[in-house]
Amino acid sequence: MSDLENSVDKTTQETVQNTEEYSDANASKNAEYSLSDDRRVKTLSPGAMVAKRFFRNRIAVLGMVVLIFMFLFSFLGGALMPYGESQLFYRKDSQSQKYAGVKVNTELRYQQAEKDSFPALAQAQFVLAKGKKLTEFAAGGVDYSYEEAGKDFYIISKKGSSDPVAFAAVDTVTSVSGEGQIPFAEQLSILKALTNGEKEFTEGGSSYTLSEDGTVTKDGTAYAYASRYVVNAIMSDVTFSQKFKEELLEQIQAGATSFSFTDDDGVEANYTMEYDATSKTYNILQSREQMVYDSYSPPSKAHPLGTDKNGMDMLTRLMYGGRVSLYIGFVVVIIETVLGMLLGGISGYFGGWIDSLIMRIVDIFYCIPTIPIYIIIGAAMDAMRVDPQIRMFYLMIILGFFGWPSITRLVRGQILTLREQEFMTAAEATGIKPVNRIFRHLLPNVIPQLIVTCTMSLGGVILTEAVLSFLGLGVKFPFASWGNIINDVNNTYVLSNYLFIWIPAGVCLLLTVLAFNLVGDGLRDAFDPKMKR
Amino acid sequence: MKKYIIKRLLWSVVILFIVSFLLYILMRSLPTSYLEQIARQKSQQPGSKSFEEWMQQLEATYGMDKGIVPGFFAWLGKALRGDFGDSWKYTVPVTQKFKEVVGISFIMSFVVMVLEFAISVPLGIIAATKQYSWQDNVISIVALAGISLPTFFTASLLKLVFSVKLQWFDLGGLVGRNYDILSPSGKKMDIALHLILPILTLLIASIGAYMRYIRTNMLEVLNSDYIRTARAKGLSEGRVIYHHAFRNTLITLVTIWGTSLPGLFSGAMITEQLFSIPGIGYTSYQAMISGDIPFSMFYLVFIAVLTLIGNLLTDILYAVVDPRVRID
Repeated sequence: MSDLENSVDKTTQETVQNTEEYSDANASKNAEYSLSDDRRVKTLSPGAMVAKRFFRNRIAVLGMVVLIFMFLFSFLGGALMPYGESQLFYRKDSQSQKYAGVKVNTELRYQQAEKDSFPALAQAQFVLAKGKKLTEFAAGGVDYSYEEAGKDFYIISKKGSSDPVAFAAVDTVTSVSGEGQIPFAEQLSILKALTNGEKEFTEGGSSYTLSEDGTVTKDGTAYAYASRYVVNAIMSDVTFSQKFKEELLEQIQAGATSFSFTDDDGVEANYTMEYDATSKTYNILQSREQMVYDSYSPPSKAHPLGTDKNGMDMLTRLMYGGRVSLYIGFVVVIIETVLGMLLGGISGYFGGWIDSLIMRIVDIFYCIPTIPIYIIIGAAMDAMRVDPQIRMFYLMIILGFFGWPSITRLVRGQILTLREQEFMTAAEATGIKPVNRIFRHLLPNVIPQLIVTCTMSLGGVILTEAVLSFLGLGVKFPFASWGNIINDVNNTYVLSNYLFIWIPAGVCLLLTVLAFNLVGDGLRDAFDPKMKR
Repeated sequence: MKKYIIKRLLWSVVILFIVSFLLYILMRSLPTSYLEQIARQKSQQPGSKSFEEWMQQLEATYGMDKGIVPGFFAWLGKALRGDFGDSWKYTVPVTQKFKEVVGISFIMSFVVMVLEFAISVPLGIIAATKQYSWQDNVISIVALAGISLPTFFTASLLKLVFSVKLQWFDLGGLVGRNYDILSPSGKKMDIALHLILPILTLLIASIGAYMRYIRTNMLEVLNSDYIRTARAKGLSEGRVIYHHAFRNTLITLVTIWGTSLPGLFSGAMITEQLFSIPGIGYTSYQAMISGDIPFSMFYLVFIAVLTLIGNLLTDILYAVVDPRVRID
């Protein structure tokens, strides 16, 4: 820097102005501005002078630093982050739900033989007879007799016949599969065995074994289940495995309040049992570890800015969002500038009817309400389900297409004044072709103004894009954009509780746009020393 | 002068004609399936017209059965007589709905405009007269930050601070929950209270641009020869600034005031939407995203007309106020 400040000659005026600007420049430095010979030789190119003036503007340099940071953050950060733009994260969540109910049967249940019937009236008569200690009763014109085969176990047959028509028992027999009925005769034998405390018996060529918890094995395979506990599933689509039932009943009989069980698929779950005295039922609650989207998790080591509602890493989304915002900003500004320079250059240089025509077109474009139009097109694209990637291209093209008129006006105005200056007359006199005159002599002189306008309009485009994305009509999921990240505040709960979701995106947006504006301001001052900020 | 104004007026009419033609083409080039989809959704609502009736109504209003040019003239003829058809979303004539909602937008924009001038003029002048002082730096940075803040972010921050944390205002809406039981003056107060945050949002968004504009202009005036002359005469600094310089910045003030005048009616689409203020901006946004073609077309043309009037006013006012501007 110091040797840059020594330039004299052309920049004398400049340095004088700068001492005015910065009163803190101390007096000792003034010695460097002396016109002694050793300092006289150094001159600066126009570009270096602009750079020097720019770097002296501390606010503009600050803007520049912010911009560089944002670029690194968006483009390099996205590449360095271990996560992808739309990578989903999960967390384990234990969910407790009613799983099963175990009823302890204390009432007699009736089971009738396949070929006979034992209607409700007969059941009532049976209960009456039992109460009176009678062994015979009649119902519906049929006489019955019953025999007490054990505690709470009665076998009922027609009077005079030894063939049972029904039995009444507190214990019930259910098949292991949970489907289908066990034949009456088999049920009867099993209950008999259970009541008599037999461990095994044979009937009809098959051998049966009874285990302590009431499991009946037929010919070596688990077949039925005899106990006074009735296990019901709460949800209709759940069937219990035999193992689970065994385990459950064992735990209930042991008086445990909770246990854990691993099913055949290897999924472990915890079960809690509660006894409800009024309904005489055990309620079984299953709490299972489930993988759920890690949505709105607060900032942590793995996710410095937490995760969003879809369970994506917020910091990564922010980086990719910046990439999208900057990318769209640049493409749009390039489209605008190319169109604007072309039309403005033609208009300004040729004048006449071409100029009038182009300027009238500009007038018309100024009247077209762009944001409402994009909202309408966006809503139509929503309804037509346009692919998010293609939408992004449309967005750039439309923003660029409606943005050129202001640049055209600027370029035309500049060229109109430049064209009358002596150097253009000289260029014409030397016989340079019109194409070269425009592109080599005229347009380069417009570029300083153009750079300033482009820098400022970059901020503007990023804002417009953010507004559209915020409204859900610009960049769409799965692509991230600072605008659509903030979109989440439409959910009031996010607005008030999950600040880590929307504040960082807003700050990024503010900083970037502000930085573009500051740099634009700084560049304007640097290009034009007469115009102060 | 008269000739200039007439010329400008005629040209504005031509521009409006072309712009409405372009808007008509845009509307016509929306995919037919999109329009049919909306009409079908509408027809499924209870007590609604049938799908065919919706399509027929659209075709009749917009001359869809004709070619683009005859269709445009058919639509234009109706529009010129103030017939913009019935809104699909609100099921009343478009112009009737417009009359209902434009009032609140106007009140809001008017308050914003008054505050804008009241705040930005003094601050802009301070910044210009004390160029490069700390006041100037603060004002310039704040102005730029205001420009760079997206409205939706400002609105969210304001909501967070004033509605959620401090609980001074409701999160949105124009009236509170107990509006119906309030006294007439209480109702007015309630509405005023609900308008504070939206107005603040609009103010933050727009004030920066005004401050910068006034500052630049004041600086330009302060650098001009007649100010040097005034100083050379030995006038006091106060007299130089408030008598000589400020009167000349008034030229620009009047001009931007003229330009922003039509904008009072256009509503603030995004802010109204964010705070659910049922003004023209909110109404048209809802109409646009739900594919209400008649209302959207009306709003687009309305905005184009306002822009044209704004441009016209700027040019004319500039010529009227500043005698140095020559008209040819």
